[in-house]
Amino acid sequence: MSRLETVFADFKKTGRKALIPFVTAGDPNPEFTVPLMHAMVEAGADIIELGVPFSDPMADGPVIQRASERALAHKMSLRRTLKIAAEFRQTNQTTPIVLMGYANPVEAMGYEAFADAANKAGIDGVLTVDLPPEEAADCAALLNTHNIDQIFLLAPNSAESRIKKMDAVGSGFLYYVSVKGITGAGHLDTADVERKLQLIRANTKIPVAIGFGIKEAETAKTISAFGDAVVVGSALISKVEANLDNPEKAKKEIIDLLQSMRTAMDEQV
Amino acid sequence: MTDTTNSYNMPDERGHFGPYGGIFIAETLIPAVEELQTAYDQYMTDPDFMAELDKDFQHYVGRPSPLYHAERWSKELGGAQIYLKREDLNHTGAHKINNTIGQILLAKRMGKTRIIAETGAGQHGVATATVCARLGLECVVYMGAVDIARQALNVYRMQLLGAKVVSVSSGSKTLKDALNEAIRDWVTNVDNTFYIIGTVAGPAPYPEMVREFQAIIGREAREQCLTQAGKLPDALIACIGGGSNAIGLFHPFINDTDVKMFGVEAAGDGIETGRHSAAICAGRPGVLHGNRTYLIEDDDGEIIETHSISAGLDYPGVGPEHAWLNDIGRADYVSVTDEEALEGFHALTKLEGIIPALESSHAMAYTLKLAPTMKTDEIIIVNLSGRGDKDMHTMAEREGIKI
Ligand SMILES: Cc1ncc(COP(=O)(O)O)c(C=O)c1O
Repeated sequence: MSRLETVFADFKKTGRKALIPFVTAGDPNPEFTVPLMHAMVEAGADIIELGVPFSDPMADGPVIQRASERALAHKMSLRRTLKIAAEFRQTNQTTPIVLMGYANPVEAMGYEAFADAANKAGIDGVLTVDLPPEEAADCAALLNTHNIDQIFLLAPNSAESRIKKMDAVGSGFLYYVSVKGITGAGHLDTADVERKLQLIRANTKIPVAIGFGIKEAETAKTISAFGDAVVVGSALISKVEANLDNPEKAKKEIIDLLQSMRTAMDEQV
Repeated sequence: MTDTTNSYNMPDERGHFGPYGGIFIAETLIPAVEELQTAYDQYMTDPDFMAELDKDFQHYVGRPSPLYHAERWSKELGGAQIYLKREDLNHTGAHKINNTIGQILLAKRMGKTRIIAETGAGQHGVATATVCARLGLECVVYMGAVDIARQALNVYRMQLLGAKVVSVSSGSKTLKDALNEAIRDWVTNVDNTFYIIGTVAGPAPYPEMVREFQAIIGREAREQCLTQAGKLPDALIACIGGGSNAIGLFHPFINDTDVKMFGVEAAGDGIETGRHSAAICAGRPGVLHGNRTYLIEDDDGEIIETHSISAGLDYPGVGPEHAWLNDIGRADYVSVTDEEALEGFHALTKLEGIIPALESSHAMAYTLKLAPTMKTDEIIIVNLSGRGDKDMHTMAEREGIKI
């Protein structure tokens, strides 16, 4: 069983929902990320989404755009992101890591070389925002042969036929983007999410993570009831940005927020 | 030359030009491009739609645009006969309006109420603001902060036309960043918003759709050349930003395999300096803004900041069909520097009394090189994609003149 399957299989028994923090690799500096990943696991994270910085993050709002810029200023790259993952794996063999980024760094590296390097670095899933199933077949097949899941997205305007398609091509989990918009958007309608998740659940058995617009513990708790996992990104990265002169303080604020989400989500169970 | 182009019918049904093109976009935009593809397929074969498009081309844009024999310049260069396809005489001053007229008619039929666009030189922004004013549609144009400064005149024109111009100050603050921001808007307002992309790039069906709207250039030029010169041209020259004016000229000649095609990229300060915008000449394949194509990027796949004296060519990618035409050898892609473009600018201005846009000046600069190598009974058609009014400030500043 893959690490991702293990997490979701265990939670199926207990009813617990996965908490997935998203952080940009190398933000605000390359040394910050590995200790942060370990601390997030201690605070209750079940899966880590590691953002690969890209020069043109078209699906991201200003907070994650700036995180990318800070990381790139330190020459962060896909290769160096994989190094960070590998370093984390030296002392943690259980928490799944999902890379989240854009197609071009992967294209530049080459699918084969990337799949191989990602496997060696202990990556479990790859979510490429601008690689829908229409274009993903080659990459997904190579990742799968290296025991890595290609994670696909669903959106509020995805029709039932699209959900069925994702059920056919997806593995690991499906990522439901809970607002039409970019990361960090502010108008999450929980009733909409609940309705949409019913439709998604009726069409797939693949676990569903819900992300975009989840900023605090109460929303995380409410949303976690509708799916299998909650993703929180911009709210964490805002803490980095608010404490650029004091990364330790940023780390503490991130941990506090994750712990409050963990506690709230566990009350739901 | 291989036979591939004799039955040229790219893209395939999934929007691919060989390995290029495609739909590399976020999931939220998939329904939007599917809806667009359906509307495009429906209306491009709809006689009412095509009649309305023809009428607007004629009476609003001012088509057909002339094919002008630049006799003095031809004589001066002592080689091929140079014919200019006068897209600079179109309403709003460039070829861009051919495309915005087409897309706005589609948007109207699709019931979209809000229009967004990106712009570099501001010509596409002006052309979009123009058609929105005419139809009374809300219009938001994204423009890099650097371009806003160097194309101030066009910013004011857009505002006069009722558009909201949003300054983009992320990344390199030029055209690519304006595209990023337009895509972010699109994903947020996908239900009521139509994104009018200004060149033959973006996810399918944009590269094909924009080509079809721009192909009026080449259809007219082919017919005009046959009428005026009694034969087809020997070569075509056009500048390449995203490549819409070029593909518009090239496409109707694609099966005329004796007609050579030259796409002129911006070499900026010189390719060897790294400060250029020559994606095909100096880039490699990758994925950006919805399609796979040649890109200017580093070894890690991060996009590198580009440079060109002309805002409209200052872009790290190129339309996917040009990537394909390059690979199959049907078209040649060359580059000229800022300095050479300025020579082209002055040559046309002084010898023919026509002030070209800085973008188009790149095509003129390559004409300076190519024409003298050809015989006097041979013909070059050069796409004069736009007029230079918008560039007066840039030119004056470069020559140390305050206006
Ligand atoms: C006059 C003119 N020519 C050419 C271009 C480049 O675009 P394309 O390569 O799509 O024709 C522009 C873009 O702004 C332009 O304004």
